[in-house]
Amino acid sequence: MSVMIYRDAIRQALIEELDRDDNVFLIGEDIGRYQGTFRVTQGLYEKYGSRRVVDTPITEPAIVGLANGAAMAGLRPVVEMMTMSFSILALDQIINHSAKIHYMSDGQLKVPLVIRGPGGAANQLSAQHSHSIEGWYAHVPGLKVVAPSTPDCAKGLLKAAIRDDNPVIFTENPGLYGLKSEVNDDPNYVIPFGKARVAREGKDISLIAYSRMLHVCEAVAEKLEADGISAEVIDVRCLKPLDTETIFASVRKTHRAAVVYEDWKFGGFGGEIASQISEECFDDLDAPVLRVGGLNVPMPYSRVLELECIPEVQDVLATLKKIL
Amino acid sequence: MTNKAPTKLDFPASLIKHDYEEMLFMRIFEEKCQFAFRNGKAGGYLHLYVGMEPLATGWLNSIRKGYDYVITAYRDHGHALVLGSDPLAVMCEILGRKGGLSNGKGGSMHLYDAEHQLYGGWGIVGAHTALGLGLAFAAKYRGEDRVTLCYLGDGAANAGIFYESLNMAGLWDLPIIYIIENNYFAMGTRLEYHAADTNLSKRGYPFGIESEQLDSMDVMEVRKDAARIIEMVRKEQKPYLVEALTYRFVGHGAADNSQELYRTKEEVAKARKRDPIHLLHDVILEHNILTQGELEALEEKFRAEVDEIYAKAEASPHPDPEDVYTNVYTDISPEVGH
Repeated sequence: MSVMIYRDAIRQALIEELDRDDNVFLIGEDIGRYQGTFRVTQGLYEKYGSRRVVDTPITEPAIVGLANGAAMAGLRPVVEMMTMSFSILALDQIINHSAKIHYMSDGQLKVPLVIRGPGGAANQLSAQHSHSIEGWYAHVPGLKVVAPSTPDCAKGLLKAAIRDDNPVIFTENPGLYGLKSEVNDDPNYVIPFGKARVAREGKDISLIAYSRMLHVCEAVAEKLEADGISAEVIDVRCLKPLDTETIFASVRKTHRAAVVYEDWKFGGFGGEIASQISEECFDDLDAPVLRVGGLNVPMPYSRVLELECIPEVQDVLATLKKIL
Repeated sequence: MTNKAPTKLDFPASLIKHDYEEMLFMRIFEEKCQFAFRNGKAGGYLHLYVGMEPLATGWLNSIRKGYDYVITAYRDHGHALVLGSDPLAVMCEILGRKGGLSNGKGGSMHLYDAEHQLYGGWGIVGAHTALGLGLAFAAKYRGEDRVTLCYLGDGAANAGIFYESLNMAGLWDLPIIYIIENNYFAMGTRLEYHAADTNLSKRGYPFGIESEQLDSMDVMEVRKDAARIIEMVRKEQKPYLVEALTYRFVGHGAADNSQELYRTKEEVAKARKRDPIHLLHDVILEHNILTQGELEALEEKFRAEVDEIYAKAEASPHPDPEDVYTNVYTDISPEVGH
């Protein structure tokens, strides 16, 4: 084990997979000579050269299109979206192509593709650069969607994503890039998809979250403990495939649940988790399943207004009062 | 009797016969698809290649079949047939049956045949031009000398992603040949109503891509152009753009009953005077490659063959309901149930 920050853990996963398989290559805007906008790919252009680390024009639809084609031909592209907000430009390629190729060809073709990049609000990036759209992608059959909350998860899940034969959306919250914690050094260490993590055990309520909101929930759990309430915190890690088994087991133990997500509350992925719990665990519930999400507005620029939009500890605690 | 000097043949009689047979089979196959659609046996959208056959026969017989990559849009039956896909598997796919290339999951617009390096079959106009770029990228990445042929229509030539793809193809010298099949209509919109400059061969210029406009009704001419350009792209490892002038004699799709909204019967009749199959028919007679009787027997034989293929396809089973869940992912099943 070694201690590293989230950004470096992602880079370490890229290095290990680039070293392991010549079919793996990185492609994106400003990832090479410029070292990556968020410095995730720092040093990789110098180490691997322009064949493996490909700087592109600003052209998201064709970047993903190229990656789809290269993947059909047997390569394993890892696309960096400068921010996941820009992947909106490539929605046709991702939804109409990446997600459908294996099915439409009835298994003749595979798309071992990773699209990764920062998703979610950072620091006053305002309305066009702050989207949490992992839920959009999780809605689409044929895609896998991952949202790691810790450096260790980021490394293990990214390696799994690169080795996966399906298109994977890998979203990194920009607020986590500097987060430091222990990471498994073993180059063979991968975290299989579809396994949620019990981040904290408890018995009175299940707090279910992924990515940065996991840390908000852990802070909430600390506060609740001071009040004598024992909260279990579930790190979903993988939106698709979704580990409902771990989520349901937790709810059957605690009998109460809240899902916390940074995406707009209305129609967000937390609603899917909440409704699945309601359908499958109705008899175990002592209270309605609650959602805590981002405010249903475009992200404003003002720091004061921005913070208003993103769920924080106090917002979660206020909502939980309804059922605790 | 005629006093006209016989045209000189640039290809051996066996090749001319081959191309005639291939295009005639394609034509009869497409007519059967139209029949299937009109009789409710094929659903969805179905687009026929009638009149455009030399683009498949001329180009795809000039590549290294099974090695070079081929990708096209939704008017794709001809490409599959020429590349070597089993016509029964193609017909089964069009009828949505088991035994189809994708066992009924793709349909007419989405023909894939990995064994024959056919990478679709795509329905979003222009979008596949980036996939073709990726195929060419993969070949170059691995240091192979494969060439990618990427067909697109004149309508797709206006799509933004096509320009993004041309830019990267030019930027990185990717070995891809973009063939704009200019049949003069983006569905129901005539070329001069959809293109600011109707000379589509110019579209490669801003990206430093060598380009030319080629008449593509005479398959022998297409073959000559194709061989020359493919050889050059393979050797020089750089992209090329062709505007292939062609014409579709039938509607945009099998359901297109409104051709009078965008062209006259006289225009179609005039174009049909250069029907590529008739052009070759005349050459065959002129050079005594086949007799009139042999030509008629050939047509009869193909009609019987296609009838049999159709009958077999129609008798093929539909997919099983549980097949709906297979191959969504390579390794996991999607959530089950409504």
